[in-house]
Amino acid sequence: MDFWVNCLVVLIAMTNLRLLGSSRVVSCVHTVAFQGVLLGVLAIVGASGGLAAHGIVLAAVNIVLKGLVFPWLLMRALRETHLRREVEPAIGFGASMLLGVLLIGICLWIGSRLPLPVGVQASPLLVPAALFTLMVGLFMIVARRKALTQVVGYLSIENGITAFGLGFALKEALLVELGILLDAFMAVFVMGIIIFHISREFDHIDAGELSALKD
Amino acid sequence: MDATQLIHPLLALALAPLMAGIVNKTKSAFAGRNGPPVLQPYRDLWRLLHKGAVYSRTTSWILRAGPIVSLAAVVTALAMLPFGGTAAPLSFAGDLIVFAYLFGLVRFLMVAAALDTGSSFEGMGASREVTFSALAEPALLLALAALARMAGSPSLSGLLAGAVANPAVSIPVLLLAAAAVGIVLLAENARIPVDDPNTHLELTMIHEVMILDTSGPDLAFAGYAALLKQWAFAALLVGVLVPWRTGVLWADVALALAAMAAVAVGIGVVESTMARLRLVRVPQLLLAAVACAALAVVLVLR
Repeated sequence: MDFWVNCLVVLIAMTNLRLLGSSRVVSCVHTVAFQGVLLGVLAIVGASGGLAAHGIVLAAVNIVLKGLVFPWLLMRALRETHLRREVEPAIGFGASMLLGVLLIGICLWIGSRLPLPVGVQASPLLVPAALFTLMVGLFMIVARRKALTQVVGYLSIENGITAFGLGFALKEALLVELGILLDAFMAVFVMGIIIFHISREFDHIDAGELSALKD
Repeated sequence: MDATQLIHPLLALALAPLMAGIVNKTKSAFAGRNGPPVLQPYRDLWRLLHKGAVYSRTTSWILRAGPIVSLAAVVTALAMLPFGGTAAPLSFAGDLIVFAYLFGLVRFLMVAAALDTGSSFEGMGASREVTFSALAEPALLLALAALARMAGSPSLSGLLAGAVANPAVSIPVLLLAAAAVGIVLLAENARIPVDDPNTHLELTMIHEVMILDTSGPDLAFAGYAALLKQWAFAALLVGVLVPWRTGVLWADVALALAAMAAVAVGIGVVESTMARLRLVRVPQLLLAAVACAALAVVLVLR
């Protein structure tokens, strides 16, 4: 079991690197969706002591929302705004990737120092991977110009939080997780609409232009 | 010296062209063609060996030395690789660095030979070859370093000996190292996401453009060295991906050979389903390989 958890965690870390290096919006969306599905599988595989009902619910909601609904919403926004299919990075792809490797190191260091609550039996790699996913999400929001890729970054943060929550999959976590998922769903829904409005207002979705707005 | 140690070098010398044949057959199958016979690379080499070489008057001994020394260096590197349970004939502490830099020697000589001709196209090819291999080298060395640290052995033989002591840690590391070595395999052997082996447009070629002025037996040597290099990287990949041993010699060798055929088919599939990357995108692919290898190192060191 530990073996599969480790494999999944490494796969999640690799999807993060792909997120940093990929130059096409579509592949960013697909990658973050794949990451969500991986997290769903992780919830099933990582459930210590047999599958509880709430574990299955969590995994199913994760896979359906992040693997199907979010990509569908984002692809619709992409279609409706007719934007160019290339990511516009503020920090280049190569530099992003190198920073990603650096972030992995930092996350492992933090993960090794972070005191975990007693009685939690998470894989030692899970916390660093969750932190890494979170930081990659933040990085995407800062270092990519398009509003859509910033939504992808937001989703990556969400994935990181979910991964973090999975490490402490205690009984009461279900409610919290579902609440966060609902928030994320609403956020992506609203962001889709906002992206549409930004693109109608400015003819593109470069979020940097928003700073030119005055009241 | 054990006679079984000679199995892998002999197999490599005999079967490396067959591997290229399998790659071509796979690509043909994807394109719906019959394609050249699997044994075509042998015939090509045989034909080239019976031709005379033509040397430009502007070239020096460097052009002649390039293919010959390359072939010698690649054969030496092959002798350091264990293969499916058979030990390597050459094994000493730190041979993984010699292994990596024997290919560096090959690259240096091929680049020097290309520059020696004074052709501007070959100069461009040489420049690209050096740029991309400078990025592929850290990926290969980091992957080997991760594996060496995990196996606790400073030689290729020990590193690929198939010590899967703690699968929870070692399997992710092996997968990451395999991903890095796989990308390096494609980049170093001029396969498709990096270079198109079939292209005949000088402006886009990398490896092929460097041997434009090489002819006859020299071209055969350079081509054979390239095939052996491909075999060596594929054998390294197989050693990383298939670390399990049955203990029976012939079964292990057969398993490794089957894995080599699978790698050849895999290369063919990648070549058929992917387009060549733009030259500016190639460094990103190689950086991804470096990132994978660095992640493997971090996992091992943790």
